[in-house]
Order: sequence, then structure tokens, then C-alpha cells
Amino acid sequence: MSKNQFESQESSITDFDPNLAADVLVIGGGPSGTWAAWSAAASGASAVLVDKGYCGTTGCAAASGNGVWYVPPDQSLREAAMASRETLGGFLSNRHWMARVLEQTYTNVNQLAEWGYPFPTDDEGKPYRRSLQGPEYMRLMRKQVKKAGVKILDHSPALELLIDQDGAVGGAKGINRRTGRRWAVRAQAVIIATGGCAFLSKALGCNVLTGDGYLMAAEAGAEMSGMEFSNAYGISPAFSSVTKTLFYNWATFTYEDGTEIPGAGSQRGRSVIAKTLLTQPVYAILDRATEEMRVAMRVAQPNFFLPLDRAGIDPFTQRFPVTLRLEGTVRGTGGIRIVDETCATSVRGLYAAGDAATRELICGGFTGGGSHNAAWAISSGFWSGQSAAEYASLLGGKANQRRLEGVGEAALQSKSSGANTLATDEVIQAVQAEVFPYNRNYFRTERGLSASLDRLHSLWQEIRTSRVVADNEIVRAREAAAMVATARWMYSSALERKETRGMHKHEDYPQLDPNQQHYLLSGGLDKVWVKAQPLGRGAEDRGKGEIFQSKILDSTSKIGVAL
Amino acid sequence: MIELVSKSRCIECNLCVSVCPTNVFDSVLNGAPTIARQSDCQTCYICELYCPVDALYVAPQSDRQTTVNEAELTATGLLGSYRENVGWGSGRTSTAKTDQTFQLLKHLK
Repeated sequence: MSKNQFESQESSITDFDPNLAADVLVIGGGPSGTWAAWSAAASGASAVLVDKGYCGTTGCAAASGNGVWYVPPDQSLREAAMASRETLGGFLSNRHWMARVLEQTYTNVNQLAEWGYPFPTDDEGKPYRRSLQGPEYMRLMRKQVKKAGVKILDHSPALELLIDQDGAVGGAKGINRRTGRRWAVRAQAVIIATGGCAFLSKALGCNVLTGDGYLMAAEAGAEMSGMEFSNAYGISPAFSSVTKTLFYNWATFTYEDGTEIPGAGSQRGRSVIAKTLLTQPVYAILDRATEEMRVAMRVAQPNFFLPLDRAGIDPFTQRFPVTLRLEGTVRGTGGIRIVDETCATSVRGLYAAGDAATRELICGGFTGGGSHNAAWAISSGFWSGQSAAEYASLLGGKANQRRLEGVGEAALQSKSSGANTLATDEVIQAVQAEVFPYNRNYFRTERGLSASLDRLHSLWQEIRTSRVVADNEIVRAREAAAMVATARWMYSSALERKETRGMHKHEDYPQLDPNQQHYLLSGGLDKVWVKAQPLGRGAEDRGKGEIFQSKILDSTSKIGVAL
Repeated sequence: MIELVSKSRCIECNLCVSVCPTNVFDSVLNGAPTIARQSDCQTCYICELYCPVDALYVAPQSDRQTTVNEAELTATGLLGSYRENVGWGSGRTSTAKTDQTFQLLKHLK
């Protein structure tokens, strides 16, 4: 018997505490995870939600303000909303998916209002629902998830997925990082909602987002998609974590001597800022905001001003140094490939939602602000929860007596014995040195990507052959492994996309190539692979999706009826 | 990064220990929590919002330690300023209600 084996009759409360069984396990407690857990519970499933941090404060949304892609059901408004991003996204998005996300987001955001989210009213006295303040939003989501009967385990990172003898996912094991106790949850279906990967860059709220779910899913056999779209960078004051970029639309960017940097800007001119930062500091001043706007800005985004106020800087009259922090796949669009409208992955019993799943279906290869990301988290979370509940009820309760085995390997099992213990911090610094620099990741070259990949593959070997660290360092070690795995899928995909499309800027191939209007799937751990996937899978999957949607209409859940 | 847990203000509710998404604090028996893993602080400021007595201060510098003076922070009104600005705490109204984003977006493009 493998040491990883996990059988219900043998495991006891002394081995795992808690040792739970549920219909649906949700891993991750940000927007997509809370919507997933709520929707699973509302569909009649028992659900457990585990989070590495604290459900309600974890993830990039909680720490920030979030625009939402909330468009009323008016044909021309929705058409315009869909058309507006297609060029930026490099023509990889899918109208059918955009339409269903717009519809589901509209319904669910209205549900937030019913739950008591304090939406403001606009000039005409109508509710304004296109913006959510993170702390308020996620505090409310935690409350609703608890009210729905979901069991929440905070500070309980999952370390590996459990699979049955047929390769279907049947739960996860993890550790409570406050008590050090190991936990296990058996479940008929598992939803990965662990967010993207920002490589511990300290972009706002992003340090819990280290690609953990990608690694776990890949170990169970799942595929990634769009990992070349992983080089989003957010503007922040150089000393600060606050990567909120909206207000830089009203900034002037200057060199040290105060002269304006030609072409530099928040939206179109961010690459000019990156190019300048390679050789010298860049300063910003929000001198294009009118007096009237300045007052509104403070109320709209209190945390934008927080670090500046505390550093004694008036951003409207004083210039301050800025930098670009990597937001990786958090604002990039790559992630776990989903194969149909239920947000299922290619592994049975495994679903993906939010930033953990690829967002190419609605954004293609580029996301600007957070509004599409928030809409995607809400919609994909909702769908995955409902689908997982349905799948669980089809499997029936017996499924939780399956014989299960943990499939986690990297940093949990070593391929050799007697080697050195894994130097976790050094591995993390090494992977950051490959993905942070603008001249490696923002601006990509074949030579640079290949050289980085050589080093990243060596790092992976080091992880696989080093001795496993002690329990108190196991979470960080798994994060390190997840970041190295993520970086390898990113750069392997980037190398394969020999053109410039979406956020993927390839210096050797600066033009968009119509022959590469396809998705790039990737995966593999010891050996990484990449392959092209033609567009149009969405249409092929539509039949399946329509059946599923009609089920939502029949469901007794409140939100289903509202559709 | 988090720089201050005010011993004089702290009521030992340990909410900060629970809500910190990166597990920076440790609770202490009969005492104020300690900043046990400062370098893990991601400077998200959320602990300040949940502290009912404004005993926490997160300095704006996210990549390096700084020294802070509690008396000075109190005098300048920075202790608890974020909680006040988002309208959390008894007797306050959440500023989500007065969010002016829609006014600003009118000025875009």
C-alpha cells in the first residue's frame, strides 16, 4: 500500500482532524469560492469550504475595490459590452460565454443587493451596481455562505487532491497552519477556486495567490489553457503594495527631472512605463483630476490614498515614484482549462472557477480592469457549485466510501533519499528572478524565455529530488512548487505563441498572426507539454450547456428561478 | 507592513489573529497578540478594519520594516484612519453606500 493511501475504514480522527465527508468540497474562499459554496448549498448539497487564509479577507478582491461587468438586459448595451474588449483580447473570447456571464452576473449582483450589500445610488437616484468594495463584499459573502450551512475551515490550506481508482477526484487533504493538524475532506466533487498566481509580488491582496490550485489540479491530470497570458503588471507607488490603477488614468508620468515621459499612460502606455523602469525611476502625479473629481476619488477608493496619506504625499500636487508589480495570472487570463459550461475540468469530479480557471472565454488574452474578473468569479463560481452539486447527487452517497489516494508529489514526496532538504526561500527567490523582470516577462524574447525555462526546469528537479521539509514549512514549500510549475507552463506556452496577441508581447514576433488565433493548452509536471486547441470548442460544447441551463430553470433555487 | 499592536488599546479579542489572510499574528495567553511573521504581511490593511479598538497600524512600506511611534500616530489621526475612511465601526455608515465610482467613470475617455 502506498504511504499516500487514504481509506475510510482505516483513517481515524487521530490521523485527521477534522476528518469530514461532504457532497462538495470548495478549495478557496474568495469571490468564486464563496459563490461556488453558496450555490452548491442552495442546490441542496452539503458543502465544505477550505481556505489557506480566512474566508472573507482572503484573495485580491477582499483587499480592493472591484468594478463589476454588470450590464442590464438590454440587447444593444450587451452587444456593445461584448464588442468592447474583443480587439484587446486578441479575438480569443467567445460571444456565447460572454453573453451567459453577463446574464448570470446581472442576476447574482442583484442577489447581493437583496442580501443587503449597500449599493450607492447614482445622480438619478437609481441603484448603481457596477462597483463592489472588497472588504464589504467579502464580509457579506462569508455571512451568506455560513447561513447556507456551508462548513468553513479557515487557515486550512489544501495540500493535495484525493482520487479514486478510476481517476475521479474524491476530496482533498491539507493542514491547519495555526494548529499544525492535518485535515481530510472526502467529497463527491471538488471545486478549485484558489485564484491565480502572482508569485508573492505583494500586489494588493495577492500574496495568498501562489498557483496552489493549478498544481493540485495538474497532479490529478487537469490541463491549463492560456498560460502565456500571465504577464499582467499593476501600477503602485514604488514603496507600496496598493496596485490600484484606475486613478492613474488622470496621472502625468515623468522622469526624475520632472519632464513628461512621452507615451506613458495607465492603459495604453503601460509598456512605456515598464521600458522606462528598466533603466530609471518613473514618477506619477494625478494632476489631471479636477477638484470635483478629487473629492469623489477619496470616497470611491479609500485604500488608494491610504499609503500616500501615511507617507505624507498629496498625489494631486506632489509626484511620487511608481513601480509595476507582477499580477501574473490574477489579472492575466490563463488558468485551468474548463471543458464545458458546467466549469468542469478534464478530470472527472473536478471543477474550476474564478481566476483559477482560464478567463480566455470572456476576455481572450487581455484583461484591463477588474470588472470582467469579478463577473467571471461570480458566474463561474455559481455554475461550478451548481454543477458539482448535481454531479454529487448523481454519484450518490456511496461515493464517499470510495478508496482514495493522495496524488500530491512535489514537495510532499522526494524522488531520492539522502539529498539536501528543500531550500524553500531560495527556490522562491529564484522563480521570482525569472518572472518579475520586465525584460523577461513583460517583454518576451525567444532567447530570454528559453534561458528562463532551462533554469526553471532545474528548479523543478531540485524540488523533486530534495528531502521533504518539516510540517511547519510544508505550506510554503508547496507554494514554491506551485510557482515553479506555473512559471514553466507560462514560459513554455509563451515560447509556443510566436506572435504578439493580447497581453503576450513577443519582441521577436511583434505582430498578430491570424494563423495563431487558437488557444494554447499546457500541462505536465516532470515533463511540460503545450499544444494548440482550435477556437470553436465553445460551439461544440453548446449542446451540453443547453441541457444544463434548462436544469437551472427547473431548479427550485431562488436564483435559478430568477434566470 | 504591520508595525504596531498597541498594548494599551488591545482588548485581546484575537480577531486580527483570525482574519489575517497571511497568518502574521500569534495569540498570546492573557496578552496582546504578537507580530510573529512580519515578513509574511502583504500590506493589505484588512486587519485594521476588523480591529474594534484601532490598536493596529500597518505602515505603507510593503517591502521593508519601519519604526513607528504610537503617540505620533494617535496625534496625527492615522491610527484607525482606514476603518474610519471605509465607515466600519459602531455609529458609522459603510462608505460603499456613498461610493462615487460612477461619477469618476463619466470622466474616463
